[in-house]
Amino acid sequence: MDIFLQQLVNGLTLGSVYAVVALGYTMVYGIIQLINFAHGEVVMIGAMVAFTVITTISGANTGLPPLAIVLAGVLVAVPACMAVGYTLERVAYRPLRKAPRLAPLITAIGLSIILQHLAMIIWSRNPIPFPQIVTVTPYHFTGNPDGATITNVQVAIIATSILMMAGLLGLVYRTKLGIAMRATSQNQEVAGLMGININNVIALTFVIGAALAAVAGVMVGTYYGIAQYQMGFMLGLKAFSAAVLGGIGNLGGAMLGGLLLGVIEALGAGYVGEITNLCQLASWSDAIAARCATDPNLTLFGSNYQDVFAFMVLIAVLVFRPSGLLGERVSDRA
Amino acid sequence: MSAAIHSLFDFRKNPRAAWVGLALVGVALIALPFVLAGIGTAWVRITNLAILFVLLSLGLNIVVGFAGLLDLGYIAFYAVGAYTYAALASPHFNLHLPFWVILPIGAAVACFFGVLLGTPTLKLRGDYLAIVTLGFGEIVRIFLNNLSQPINLTNGPQGITLIDPFSIGSFSFAKNETIAGLAFTGPIKYYYLLVLVLVAVVIVNLRLQNSRIGRAWEAIREDEIAARAMGINTTRIKLLAFAMGASFGGISGGIFSATQGFISPESFVLVESVMVLAMVVLGGMGNIWGVILGAVLLSFVPEVLRYTVEPAQKALFGRMLVEPEVIRMLLFGLALVLMMLFRPAGILPSALRKRELEAPRR
Repeated sequence: MDIFLQQLVNGLTLGSVYAVVALGYTMVYGIIQLINFAHGEVVMIGAMVAFTVITTISGANTGLPPLAIVLAGVLVAVPACMAVGYTLERVAYRPLRKAPRLAPLITAIGLSIILQHLAMIIWSRNPIPFPQIVTVTPYHFTGNPDGATITNVQVAIIATSILMMAGLLGLVYRTKLGIAMRATSQNQEVAGLMGININNVIALTFVIGAALAAVAGVMVGTYYGIAQYQMGFMLGLKAFSAAVLGGIGNLGGAMLGGLLLGVIEALGAGYVGEITNLCQLASWSDAIAARCATDPNLTLFGSNYQDVFAFMVLIAVLVFRPSGLLGERVSDRA
Repeated sequence: MSAAIHSLFDFRKNPRAAWVGLALVGVALIALPFVLAGIGTAWVRITNLAILFVLLSLGLNIVVGFAGLLDLGYIAFYAVGAYTYAALASPHFNLHLPFWVILPIGAAVACFFGVLLGTPTLKLRGDYLAIVTLGFGEIVRIFLNNLSQPINLTNGPQGITLIDPFSIGSFSFAKNETIAGLAFTGPIKYYYLLVLVLVAVVIVNLRLQNSRIGRAWEAIREDEIAARAMGINTTRIKLLAFAMGASFGGISGGIFSATQGFISPESFVLVESVMVLAMVVLGGMGNIWGVILGAVLLSFVPEVLRYTVEPAQKALFGRMLVEPEVIRMLLFGLALVLMMLFRPAGILPSALRKRELEAPRR
């Protein structure tokens, strides 16, 4: 039970990061039906910039409280990522808005390669460690001293994600900009006739997504304790799976999908070893029994297959419910 | 340039010029390895690798260029072919089957994976396929890295070593031999084999392009709904493109395995998929000659960089600031972006593809 609870907490933590990244995919997709492949790299850049700032400040012994240092990192990373997001849209996506669908997909892949390798030139191949400024304090759920815990970092990540999602929902459903965004996603030409500057609205969508990505980058980097130039790729893939799981183009869907995917992944990685332990079949076959006598952990799949689960979920969703949990029918507009 | 090539090899209009041109190309291809061996043995190896990439790009061109489906995990099929060969012709399982048995098996296994991946995704819109194939490429690598437990299938990150070279009877492709006064080294023998395979693949591709299937692919790429209205079973035809591309990847993988003698999951990372895609896009999606040109150009980029970037940086800054490998990847990324922005149909565009890519979306 304690293991289950622990995996649930871990899953919800990672899931809320996935949800925030998935929002970036889903917003862009909702408005111009484009998969922004380079979004994962924006997350990476956010983490790298923030870590550089945090390392510099904490190395200078200013005596600032840890929270202020992390906040300073975020405050530098967010505008940096916004600039990257804007540049991506302006340089690579806007000129191709009317091109066949293959074209922006290919530029997106190219951009993601460029961003990764630029990051490698700037920050080198070696991962940047998160400086030891935050003391991780675990809180116990039960009286059991070895039982499930939730750390202050996990609480902070979940709380920040909820705040950002609420803020985004407010922006989209309560402000003029939100109305403009929703109008543009319904019909660009008509929205333009209503006096909406479509180019600005689309650029702002990218920029907002990038700002969310920057915060997500700091959160995931803090959680794992390192940031590296390749971290954006898998994270992006998983967040995209989360967006598809929830129904791409649907904000609530991205949040639900992210949390669900995080939980599925954590529980999957936690239990796959136990479920596929071949020693359960020891009574069936003498050969297995003989090997189990020496190696009781004879498992078919271990937790090193963690990254596979998101992909399995993606395939399953595409086979059984391509529109996702909360999405509408996937339109076939050419 | 494309037009020039076509008129040069137009057998209907000018058969004599076409035969002469073809003969010249043939002589050049036959003489090339000895010229290269004169410059340095390494160049023959580099050329062999370049031909392998041409084969891979032609395979991917079926999927991306002919049928218009973006496959970002193409290297996974290459990996499947390579590991199939390695498993059946190495001391790892103590199996030593001859290559003409294994290559079709490798193609079939890769084809099976292609169908497995394509079936759920090809009914959907193209961008889903792109991201699913991207994930698939990564998953295959994870499995290759971890399938050393509980039964050692892939030998994990260490990879499989001592893979058999190609051989027919006692004639081995790895040994050096002197035939008729000419020194045939291992790489030179492989070169001729690769050229033979290349010619076969090019002929298959040319015939495919103008066949009923090829025209169906083109129709789907141009307008899927209209193609369906014309009675084309779009899902099946797309699946066929996917399976065929995968089998070509599988065959190339098998040859790669034999020429290298050693494979590990490191050879099948995402950047390799991107590189092959860049070759197809640079040369001109859908145009066989363009794709060959793109693959040849980009295969030699690392060599060119090695001879220019390293000395240039050492001369300018006194040390290496940026590794050639990183510059190569930046160039590939830039090639993808710039080609799409300024010349979406590639260096040698196919006529149809050009019309399609340069026309605005309806």
